[in-house]
Amino acid sequence: MNGVHDMGGMDGFGKVEPEPNEPVFHEVWESRVLAMVRAMGAAGAFNIDTSRFYRETLPPHVYLSSSYYKKWFLGLEEMLIEKGYLTREEVAAGHATTPGKALKHGKFDLANVERIMVRGKFARPAPAAAKFEIGDRVRAKNIHPTTHTRLPRYVRGHVGVVELNHGCHVFPDSAAMELGENPQWLYTVVFEGRDLWGADGDPNLKVSIDAFEPYLDPA
Amino acid sequence: MSHDHDHHHHDHDHSELSETELRVRALETILTEKGYVEPAALDAIIQAYETKIGPHNGARVVAKAWTDPAFKQALLEDGSKAIGTLGHVSRVGDHLVVIENTPQRHNMVVCTLCSCYPWEMLGLPPVWYKASPYRSRAVKDPRGVLADFDVTLPKDMEIRVWDSTAETRFLVLPMRPAGTEGWSEEQLADLVTRDSMIGTGFPKTPGAPS
Repeated sequence: MNGVHDMGGMDGFGKVEPEPNEPVFHEVWESRVLAMVRAMGAAGAFNIDTSRFYRETLPPHVYLSSSYYKKWFLGLEEMLIEKGYLTREEVAAGHATTPGKALKHGKFDLANVERIMVRGKFARPAPAAAKFEIGDRVRAKNIHPTTHTRLPRYVRGHVGVVELNHGCHVFPDSAAMELGENPQWLYTVVFEGRDLWGADGDPNLKVSIDAFEPYLDPA
Repeated sequence: MSHDHDHHHHDHDHSELSETELRVRALETILTEKGYVEPAALDAIIQAYETKIGPHNGARVVAKAWTDPAFKQALLEDGSKAIGTLGHVSRVGDHLVVIENTPQRHNMVVCTLCSCYPWEMLGLPPVWYKASPYRSRAVKDPRGVLADFDVTLPKDMEIRVWDSTAETRFLVLPMRPAGTEGWSEEQLADLVTRDSMIGTGFPKTPGAPS
C-alpha cells in the first residue's frame, strides 16, 4: 500500500538525531510491547509480514505521531482483535472474559524463549527456475497494490541491475494477507542515484533494494 | 484501528505516556489470563535483549575479519555460515550479508519501509534508525545524513546504500583503522562501534578518547 511508512526519498523530516549512550528501552512498557509481539508471533498468532501490515495500516497521522513501540502496540492490539485472539470488550475491561483461542504453536512459555533468539528461516524450495541472472538489467514494475508490498515507491518504474541472488524466499505480499507463503526468487537490485533522484542527485550514489521476482520486468 | 490518540489533546505528555502504559499492562494481563503467554517468558526475552544481544557480537566478527583473511573471505561469501563457525558469538540466522567498506566505496544500511536490522549482530536498533528522518533521507541524501553524524566522505567516494526490504540482513565491515598493526582481536573489537557496522560512523581511532 502507498502508505506513509514507505518514506524513502521524502523530504521535511529534519535532522537525524543520534542519542549518546542510548538505553535499549526508554520505558518499561516498550520492553513489554516488544516481548509480547515476539511471543505472540512465535506462538503462531501471526506472521512477521502480517504484523508489519497492521502497523502500515495505522492512519497516517497516528503512524507519524506515535513512537516506534507505540506503533507496535497499536498494531498488535488491533491484529489480535481482528484475528479473534481477544475482544474489544476485553480490551476495554482490561481482563479476559472469554477463554483463549488455540495458538498454532501453543502457549509461549520459558521453554520457547531460546528458539526465538535466532531469526526464523525464510528460504524455501524453488517452485521454478530463476528468471534473472546476475548482471541482468531489470525494471521495477510500476505497481500500486493497496495491500502489503515490499517494493518501495521510490524505485518503481526505474531500471537497475541484478547484483545478488538470495534464493527463493517467502513472498511477503502473499504472507501478509495470509494467502500462503508463495515463495519467490529474491534479488539485490542496484540503481544509480541519478536514475532515482534526477540530475541533481549525488553522482556517486548507488542504492539497492532486495526485490522479489514478481516486482521485476526484464529491461 | 484505535483513534483515541486524537481525543486527548488536553493531555500532557506525561499523562499520555501513562495512558499507554496502562493499555500495555492491560493487554499483557489479557494475554496472560487467556493462557497465551507466560510473563516470565516475556521477562526472559527482555533480559536477553538488554544483556546478551548487542553490538559487541558484531564487533567480534569484525575484529576476527580484520585479523584472519580466510575468515574474512568466508564472511563476505556467506555471512551466516562464517559466523556460525564462531562459537563465542551468539547464533545467527540465515541471510546475513556482510558488505565491505573500501577506500573506493562506503556502505550504509537503512530500512525505508520499517526497521529491519541485524538484531543478532547489533542488538535492537537505536531510535534514530527507526525514525522518519533517517528512513526518508538515507536513500536520497546519504551525505547529508552522514553530516548529522559528523561524518564526511571524500566527494568522489562511491556511497552504496542498502535498503533492507526483505529478510536479508546487512552488516557493514568497516575498514581497519591505521596504527593497529599487531593488535589482538580483543583490542580491535573495542574499536568497533555500532554505527561503523551500520555505515553511519567509523571505528574508533587508536589512542583517541572514546
